[in-house]
Amino acid sequence: MGSARLLRYVVRRLLQAVPVVLGVVVLNFLLLQLAPGDAATVLAGEAGGAPLEYIQQLRQRFGLDQPVLVQLVHYVKNILTLDLGYSFRNASPVLPLILARLWPTLLLMGMALFISVVGGVVLGLLAAVWVRSWKDHVISVVAIIAYAMPLFWVGLMLILLFSVKLDWLPTSGMEDAAAFYEGWERVIDIARHLILPSITLSLFYIALYARLMRATMLDQRGLEYVTTARAKGLTEEQITLRHMLRNALLPVVTVAGVQVGSLLGGSVVVESVFAWPGLGQLAFQSLFARDLNLLLGIFFISSCLVVAVNILVDVIYLLLDPRIRVG
Amino acid sequence: MSDPVLRIENLTVSLPSWADRPRAVDGVSLEVMRKEILCVVGESGSGKSVMCKSILRLLPEPHVRISAGRIIYEGQDLLALPDEGMRSIRGGRIAMIFQEPMVALNPLMTVGRQTDEIIEAHTTLRPADRRKRIVEVFGDVRLPDPVRLLSSYPHELSGGQRQRVMIAMSLVLEPALIIADEPTTALDVTTQAQILKLLKELQAKHGTAIMFITHDFGVVAEIADRVAVMRHGALVEHGHVGDVLTHPQHAYTRALIAAVPSLMPRHVLRASDTTQPKSNLLAITDLKKSYASRGGAFSLTRERVRAVAGVCLDVPKGRSLALVGESGSGKSTLARCIVGLERPDTGAIRLEGTDIAGLSRAGMRPYRKALQMVFQDPFASLNPRWRVGDIIAQGPIVNGTPRAIALQEARELLRLVGLDPKVADRYPHEFSGGQRQRIGIARALAVKPKLIVADEPVSALDVSVQKQVLDLLDELRTTFELSMLFITHDLRVAAHVCEEIAVMKDGAIVEHGSTADIFARPQHDYTKTLLASVPGRAWQSKCANR
Amino acid sequence: MQGFWRRFLRNPRVALGLLWLAFIVALAVGAQIFAPVSPFAIVAKPFEPPLGDFLFGTDSLGRDLMSGLIHGARTSLLIAIIATLAAVAFGTLVGALAGFYGGFVDDALMRITEFFQTIPSFIFAIVLVAILAPSGTSLVIAIATVSWPPIARVVRGEVLTIKSREFVQAAIVAGQRDIAILLGQVLPNTLSPLIVIGSLLVANAILIESALSFLGLGAPNLMSWGFQIGAGRPFLRDAWWLVTVPGVAILLTVLSINLVGEGLNDALNPRLRDL
Repeated sequence: MGSARLLRYVVRRLLQAVPVVLGVVVLNFLLLQLAPGDAATVLAGEAGGAPLEYIQQLRQRFGLDQPVLVQLVHYVKNILTLDLGYSFRNASPVLPLILARLWPTLLLMGMALFISVVGGVVLGLLAAVWVRSWKDHVISVVAIIAYAMPLFWVGLMLILLFSVKLDWLPTSGMEDAAAFYEGWERVIDIARHLILPSITLSLFYIALYARLMRATMLDQRGLEYVTTARAKGLTEEQITLRHMLRNALLPVVTVAGVQVGSLLGGSVVVESVFAWPGLGQLAFQSLFARDLNLLLGIFFISSCLVVAVNILVDVIYLLLDPRIRVG
Repeated sequence: MSDPVLRIENLTVSLPSWADRPRAVDGVSLEVMRKEILCVVGESGSGKSVMCKSILRLLPEPHVRISAGRIIYEGQDLLALPDEGMRSIRGGRIAMIFQEPMVALNPLMTVGRQTDEIIEAHTTLRPADRRKRIVEVFGDVRLPDPVRLLSSYPHELSGGQRQRVMIAMSLVLEPALIIADEPTTALDVTTQAQILKLLKELQAKHGTAIMFITHDFGVVAEIADRVAVMRHGALVEHGHVGDVLTHPQHAYTRALIAAVPSLMPRHVLRASDTTQPKSNLLAITDLKKSYASRGGAFSLTRERVRAVAGVCLDVPKGRSLALVGESGSGKSTLARCIVGLERPDTGAIRLEGTDIAGLSRAGMRPYRKALQMVFQDPFASLNPRWRVGDIIAQGPIVNGTPRAIALQEARELLRLVGLDPKVADRYPHEFSGGQRQRIGIARALAVKPKLIVADEPVSALDVSVQKQVLDLLDELRTTFELSMLFITHDLRVAAHVCEEIAVMKDGAIVEHGSTADIFARPQHDYTKTLLASVPGRAWQSKCANR
Repeated sequence: MQGFWRRFLRNPRVALGLLWLAFIVALAVGAQIFAPVSPFAIVAKPFEPPLGDFLFGTDSLGRDLMSGLIHGARTSLLIAIIATLAAVAFGTLVGALAGFYGGFVDDALMRITEFFQTIPSFIFAIVLVAILAPSGTSLVIAIATVSWPPIARVVRGEVLTIKSREFVQAAIVAGQRDIAILLGQVLPNTLSPLIVIGSLLVANAILIESALSFLGLGAPNLMSWGFQIGAGRPFLRDAWWLVTVPGVAILLTVLSINLVGEGLNDALNPRLRDL
């Protein structure tokens, strides 16, 4: 794989992402139009609390007396210069509020993505190898149950079991703020806090990828290239690990890419259950404060995040599949 | 020659309970001699493919399993070997070549590595020596630039090159026996001729025995030393190739050989026909069509592919014209432009003087009646949710015929194509491939067209059914005085039904003339190559002279 | 068709799923009969444990949990089914137009579909409900808005495959009009994947609805399972049943729909699995 080819691909994907990001901005604007009251009151926080002068100032800045299209241009210009506005509830501009919450969410999401892909692939692979045996049935039944559980409920049940009853793991937060841990102790503390939320978030996806992996592995088994490999005198392990595994990974990677957005959505629920100080919890808080401006900012930034992760997943796919041509 | 390398004794392979018959192979005994090419011939469902897969125990067990018999190789019964013993035979002593190299190779692994795996699995050679051997064998099968090819992926090679890689893989450890399961069926005629020649040369050089599975007696005549004919899982006849081809003992063998379309043109135009050219039903001038290609499902770029690059062609009234070409020649695109399934970029298609080339879908509608099509795939060409009668009556109903009358006519048409009119109330899945193709023909005739465009209408059918459908088409065409444009890759089929032949290559017509002329005096080099590539040509001309 | 029903009903997973769904649907339809008292009514002391006077006990305000479950079934099913129907209708329209007309129409519609698949759909649903103000209608709109893209993609894919099948080309050659081909030849053949994915979407809609209600975005005047869990959450330590029981109800219902949906898939597309 030439690095020039890779670079060209990434640049192309970045260019393709531009309309998506613009689309989110426009969507945000449309949502603002949909909200009751004019945009200025919405942006200032609906329940009141913003001084009247600020609302007037907003009206002027957005030119609310002007046609909708002009307003749209203003809005797009503001967002693209990363001016996401001001949150009166938090007495702070929106952008730093969001950035402060970004890395806990990235940590949780990255961990959950890792656990779910690795766990799902391994379980699906084993189920396919043990197909029709009791082990396969156990994996399949557990997967279909995990697939039907609401995330927030899984989180509460895990808290009930591991925190309330067994008292093994902390119930909430990202670290023990009162302990002032440093260095490795802090890392371990965060890791302990991370276990339950990341398992909660990944359980559904482990089930999804395990089922997908099992099905694709079984499909691969019937394909001619596997017969060829067998006719060459390879062992079953060699056929499974060297030939089928990589082919079966491709659909899993594709679906994992598609699911990034839904994973991020799931983290809103999980973060609010575990009081994890990320974007999701911020969204939850802004929801109750009726701080729509902050909420829309979170929606915008998280959409950008999904686009970025999607590009990363596509690069992984490119590395796995030599058939993709880059012009 | 009398020394068998492999002996199959009373082999029986059982099918699962839901299959249409209990056994795929039923008590077959057969020997493959050292240094010979044994051809196993049969139509679909004859069990030939299952038999050859059972030698290396590659059947999809437990559903399809060997229930009786022995397969003796070097004194040991392969069916009784433990798995490990079987693995050392596979690829090492007995190798296999499959029909479709695109799917038989792992798309994600370089062909060099895929070949290397065989040596790695069976020998203790060091990587450098293995690499040397692979380059050597890639050279043996005449792959261009073997060293560069080592790091190529299957999708980067042409169909013929991929099959050469498969052959190289089978040869790399110089096995005693190579089993080739229809290795040339998925290839173009000219590529097939090259691969057959290569196999024969390599076999002579290395003295490997080859068991060659095919459905084509032409191929048999080309390469076989001995032939075994199979039908419904049983061995019908076997013997030396000369004996079986010239004096077939069994009625089934005789029927199969008779069904091979002969290379002799059936319709010889009389002198009056050639001197007084008929008026043209269709006149195509300078037709061009290109596609925006995404380069397959995996590419991110778009480039334009010229499928039809300036074709001029006349179809005379009441004649049948064969459009012959290999895959990618643009013959199907041309056909689709004519019936209005594609809009050409430029050029004219004059139907009795009216240019229909640039018409929109709505504008095309009045002319649809005149131009009907018979499709290639008998399973995809009939809507599974419609009754046969409705399928046939569809065209007349669209064109304003009252439903009751159209359905009555549909029954008449069913009779005409040799089916019971009562089947009008049945659904397509109840019919065989040949019967479905008859229904497709009835549908095309229903609107009383002037031209029938038949796109490879028999290529999905078995040889014996092929002949019946061809004869039917020929008969109906003469009865209704229709013109026919017959798209095919097979010169033998063209000779059987058409008075004229146009040869197409890379989007252009390279030669056009009467069938007799083309066969007797081909002008263009490509036509000559095509003719020379027809498998079993020498045998057929010998038969014809007799 | 006979083969279909036999394959479908003889599947033990399907039978179990149908049994539970029949039970839930009966409860939902007859909610007024089975639980005539409003689920918001205070009927006893708070925190009555289960298996006492009330089967599942009472919540922090003394409301009967069982009554809430019964009325919650009605809310969840109704919202999920209406939202799914809306999503299927819209998704089919988009997918059919894109697949059938191809070219520019296809490009434009698919860019939009991909866009809606890319944005984090749950956050989008939250924003939508927050802006529209929580109510049954906003829940339906939000769920349908985030659910249609997969339908559109599946329908487009099916239409593309079927369109390239020769029987459709035969219909074009016969002179049939586009709309007749789309309705008469193409769409009926997309029905079976549509039924399967539609049934699985109902399950997904129940999950989204419960999550929104859990976060406090449910319809304020309608009892729902997610709301019950949210209301019971502060008392997890002392009144475990308030959270556990409604969760099990969601789990069993979603699981049953998934089982039936997969059974439909296996019965509609019989193929020799695992051969």
